[in-house]
Amino acid sequence: MSRPSKRSGSKERLEARGVAVAFGGIRALSGVDLELRRGEVLGLIGPNGAGKTTMVNVLSGFQRPTSGSIRLDGIDVSRLTARKIAQAGIGRSFQAARLFRMMTVEQNLSVAAIGSGLSRRKARERALDILDWMGLARKADHRCDSLSYGDERRVSIARALALQPSFALLDEPASGMNDAECEALMEVIAELPARFGCGVLLIEHNMKVIMGVCQRIHVLDGGQSLAEGSPRDIQMNPAVRRAYLGEKAADSTLAI
Amino acid sequence: MANIVQVLVDAIALGSLYALVGLAIGLVFGVMRLVNFAQADYITIGAYALVVPTASVTPPLLLGALPTAVMIGGVLLVVVVLALLTERVAFRPLRNSNPSTLLISSFAVSYFLQNLVMLIHTGRPKSVGIGQSLANAVEIGGVRVPGVQLLTMGVTAGLLVALVLFLKKTPLGIQMRAAAENFQMARLLGMPANRVIALAFAISGLLGGAVSLLLTIQTGTLDLRMGLMPVVYGFFATVIGGMGSLPGAALGGFLVGVASVLLQTYLPADLRPFRDAGVFTLVILILLVRPQGLIVTSAAKERV
Repeated sequence: MSRPSKRSGSKERLEARGVAVAFGGIRALSGVDLELRRGEVLGLIGPNGAGKTTMVNVLSGFQRPTSGSIRLDGIDVSRLTARKIAQAGIGRSFQAARLFRMMTVEQNLSVAAIGSGLSRRKARERALDILDWMGLARKADHRCDSLSYGDERRVSIARALALQPSFALLDEPASGMNDAECEALMEVIAELPARFGCGVLLIEHNMKVIMGVCQRIHVLDGGQSLAEGSPRDIQMNPAVRRAYLGEKAADSTLAI
Repeated sequence: MANIVQVLVDAIALGSLYALVGLAIGLVFGVMRLVNFAQADYITIGAYALVVPTASVTPPLLLGALPTAVMIGGVLLVVVVLALLTERVAFRPLRNSNPSTLLISSFAVSYFLQNLVMLIHTGRPKSVGIGQSLANAVEIGGVRVPGVQLLTMGVTAGLLVALVLFLKKTPLGIQMRAAAENFQMARLLGMPANRVIALAFAISGLLGGAVSLLLTIQTGTLDLRMGLMPVVYGFFATVIGGMGSLPGAALGGFLVGVASVLLQTYLPADLRPFRDAGVFTLVILILLVRPQGLIVTSAAKERV
């Protein structure tokens, strides 16, 4: 597999600048700045309704911001179509797996690989390569409606990676997984930057996962940025603890 | 015994024709959630392209006068271009509208095209003789099969195989299947929406053109509404097969074709005029038992 880090045109930073989103009278996000660099895992946390998923929707072109912009290496991409944004190097997974259920696992990944510009044969190669790496090689020719819940979730992450994104946005990839599956997933996510040369934005409620794999954490609350910093800084931050972790939450293993 | 085999051959030949129309409708529905009733007029216009526009009931041949291969290519081209044109002009601007808006506009397009044909060719039925040698029966194992029925079955089988290969093996085919399941998700994975939808229309035009030729060879007549019943049957085929499922559309096409021929053959003579009513009753019964169609797809569920 060609090393993505050598790929020409790889983008270095994905930025949200002053992003606001309003649904009717409800402000889901107001004036959020966020920066994701290639090679890092950035955690995005916050209570339910804080605007995390809306942020990912905006970053991936699924939702247009009411105001503000999304910049890839300084170039505004917030008015591009979903396809253009995918081709510019942004891949995402959803809370629900949203697989193409009538198609095989390999074909699901190939849709993304083809979408990034590969031929059918090269797409299959990339798909099998990623599946192999994630320990899903045996499932390659299974139809997606026959997968277990855990496998569905892993395939949806694999599919986002098959776009060969410069930035992978993962929306609660571990939700509903058991402890063993979670552990395995943490290893996968932690390796993503080195293996794919991408930056990872991780939304996750499981604090163990967040604290374990993120270099930086960004906290949203009520549609606004509350804090940003290293896992340690965030754990110590009194405002974050008040808003989200709870006063007594001193240890990082607390699952919320 | 031979009689039953004969009936079965009739049934499969008619079923093939409906399967082709069902696939055309199912393909476009898959990527756009549009039930395109203008498909009927694609078929009609493809057939009328064979003759010179005149008021005569036995018009001189136009495309029909060309060598066979060129004639086939010409008719297919006319219908494909027509399908692409309606997509571009009438359906693309409405892409984000709800399915009922799309449905109504397909009626409008259909009505427009029908009247256009009436304006150019007048409304009277015409006779046209192409492929008359195919009307001769071929004897296979004691059963006499009209050549045109063999042709219909052969063409259908060929197009089915080609379509399956396209959908399973080619990049655009794979993207088209993904788009049929979840259009928005496919776009987020780099699926080119305009190209895939246009291609679905082009293929529906190709299938429509094939039906134009087969129908004309079979009946030897042109009529403003010649595409209507095949499309109604093709629509039933997609409904009972399961909206959005292409194998379902093909299967449904064969089912309604077979049902139609069996009713035609075995109903008492007095009841034969009500053959279509019988088929429609069957459709209703199937839908009562399996409201989502024979093959359930994610398209039949709520679209995310």
